[in-house]
Amino acid sequence: MAQVPMEHGLYVAGLLFCLGLLGVLVRRDLLFVLMSIEIMLNAAGMAFVVAGAGWQQPDGQIMFIFILTMAAAEVAIGLALIVQFHHHFKTLDADAARRMRG
Amino acid sequence: MFELLWLIPALPLAGFIVLALLGGVLAKRAVALVGAGSVGAAAIVSMGAAVEFISAPPPANSVTQVLWAWMEVGLLRPHVALYLDALSVTIVLVVTVVGFLILLYSAEFMGDDESYARFFAYMDLFVGSMLILVLADNLLFLYLGWEGVGLCSYLLIGFWYKERENSRAAMKAFIVTRVGDVGLAVGLFFIFSSLGTLHIQDVMHRAAQEWAVGSTAAMLAAALLLCGAVGKSAQVPLQTWLPDAMAGPTPVSALIHAATMVTAGVYLIARTNGLFSLAPAVQSVVALIGVATLLLGGLSALAQRDIKRVLAYSTMSQIGYMFLALGVGAWSAAIFHFATHAFFKALLFLGAGSVLLATDEQRDMTKLGGLRADMPYTFWTFVVGASSLAALPLVTAGFYSKDMMLWNAWTSPMGSPWLWLGGALGALITGLYAFRMVFLTFLGERKTAVIRRPGLVMYVPMGILAALSIFSGFLETPGWLGGMDYLSPFLGTALPGLPHPSMQPAMEFFLQGLTSLLCVSGVLAAYFLFVSRPDVPERIAASKSGAWFREFWFFGWGFDRAYELIVVKPFVWIALVNRDDVVDSVFTELARVNEALYSDLSETQTGKLRNYAFGMAAGAALAIGIMVLL
Repeated sequence: MAQVPMEHGLYVAGLLFCLGLLGVLVRRDLLFVLMSIEIMLNAAGMAFVVAGAGWQQPDGQIMFIFILTMAAAEVAIGLALIVQFHHHFKTLDADAARRMRG
Repeated sequence: MFELLWLIPALPLAGFIVLALLGGVLAKRAVALVGAGSVGAAAIVSMGAAVEFISAPPPANSVTQVLWAWMEVGLLRPHVALYLDALSVTIVLVVTVVGFLILLYSAEFMGDDESYARFFAYMDLFVGSMLILVLADNLLFLYLGWEGVGLCSYLLIGFWYKERENSRAAMKAFIVTRVGDVGLAVGLFFIFSSLGTLHIQDVMHRAAQEWAVGSTAAMLAAALLLCGAVGKSAQVPLQTWLPDAMAGPTPVSALIHAATMVTAGVYLIARTNGLFSLAPAVQSVVALIGVATLLLGGLSALAQRDIKRVLAYSTMSQIGYMFLALGVGAWSAAIFHFATHAFFKALLFLGAGSVLLATDEQRDMTKLGGLRADMPYTFWTFVVGASSLAALPLVTAGFYSKDMMLWNAWTSPMGSPWLWLGGALGALITGLYAFRMVFLTFLGERKTAVIRRPGLVMYVPMGILAALSIFSGFLETPGWLGGMDYLSPFLGTALPGLPHPSMQPAMEFFLQGLTSLLCVSGVLAAYFLFVSRPDVPERIAASKSGAWFREFWFFGWGFDRAYELIVVKPFVWIALVNRDDVVDSVFTELARVNEALYSDLSETQTGKLRNYAFGMAAGAALAIGIMVLL
């Protein structure tokens, strides 16, 4: 099986990260924002795994497990916040919470 | 008794604190008791101290009571310490006794005033500050009292602050004396920087060792101290505040003129006589200022219609005599005149106060008149005061003190016949204006009805002061009149004396006769001009040059107008032009730039989550870019 070069994996991870960032920047729906953040986290995790595989080191996979744990916690808190947000503003539009402006 | 020295300034100050804190709740009787009683107690303590000082003179003829160290900064170690010698004992005695009598008088005089407690609180603070000034053993502590006196004069001249004019007069007194005070403060800096101490006796001691007679340093120090003295004592050219200071209640004027405030300058010069002896040129200036002021004040008093302004100008003129005496080195004579002047000037002011009370503040003498029949007691005490002021020979205290000063003005090594002549002319003018005031107010036809007669509480102080105005003169009489000398040997323990004059006793007698003649002729001229032939002064005033002089003297020789033109107007103009403050514009500009930056940056705070996220991402990209590229 031909080895996939490390650079290719990193390109994919970078692309994924930029897509996630784009999602955070352009979406107004908080749920999608949260999902985009997940994509960014996964992109970072993928970069670790690719690098770990490339260098034949286990550290990359260990880091991915950490990231996974952290993402789980983040989603739990994020979803709870979104539920509260919806409860309060009756919408999921992030721009609805602009009252603190200025 | 000397251990109780601290009580002398502390009692009036305690009175002030009690009245300031509790003045609103105490009854009037209690306020008067605290106000006058505290000064009375101080008078008793000072009498005790004086008796002990005379009967059992302490070693070195001085007592120092160190209360505590005020501060210690390098060489500067002023103590809160009291210094009692013959000079301060004399002045403390006069200040407390006269102050007490005036406060006693005020207890009735101010009876109807709504701010009764405030009045007594200020008066107590005034007396307390003056006592600190007199008893201080170092110049810094003296300066504290000096400024305290200035503050109280401001508070009391503007006592009836609801009238705009009164506040103006108070500010004028404060600002004009401040001009001199700056000189005094700079003088203190100079003395400390060149001699390394502010302790008065040390200063004089070291100055005598380190500075030659007539050296620049000695002249500068003396001149700067003189600045302060001139301002406080209302001498030319800083005399303009005194006539306006009449805006305050009459007992205040009595206190300012007799016991506190204006005599502070005389005291300062006498206290630092060692410095002035090292600067003969400055000392001659003191004498010249004295002569100029005594003539200016006397002639201005002649043209006034307001009874209190006459007294104000007469104070100026009498302090001028004291300066003349100080200037020729006759320290004891100046202090002698300080004492007699305190008695008769307080008496005259209290008399004037009674007149004003009786006629509902009718100050214009041309509208008064004929009060003798209605107010015989006030009339006779007022005559005693005026006679003492005019120095009527033999019977009045003013005669002996003025005679001693004039005699010294001629015979002392620093004196000259010209100084004597100025003083003698002043004596003639004094007789004239003093009795013009008496005759216009008490003789002639009655023009203003008497609505109220003073009571016993006002009569008693006036009586005591009248007695003092006569008998205090016998402390010191010329050779051919018994040659009593109680005061000058006593003061000689603190102040340097004069060499025995070489002049013949016959000459002394002749000169005294001449000055007496001048005084009496002044009084007689006043009788002629204002009682028997009242048309004569009117005709003089109606003539062209007469009217000009009258106007000129009435406005105090145009000093006010000149200052208005030279100082006040340009200052107001600059203040108006510089309304936005040139220097300040740098800082307002700085603030404006900051404000603009702030408002621009605050635009970025949109409250949109996406914008913030973008900011973070852009920042991170920038940071990574910098790290990668550099």
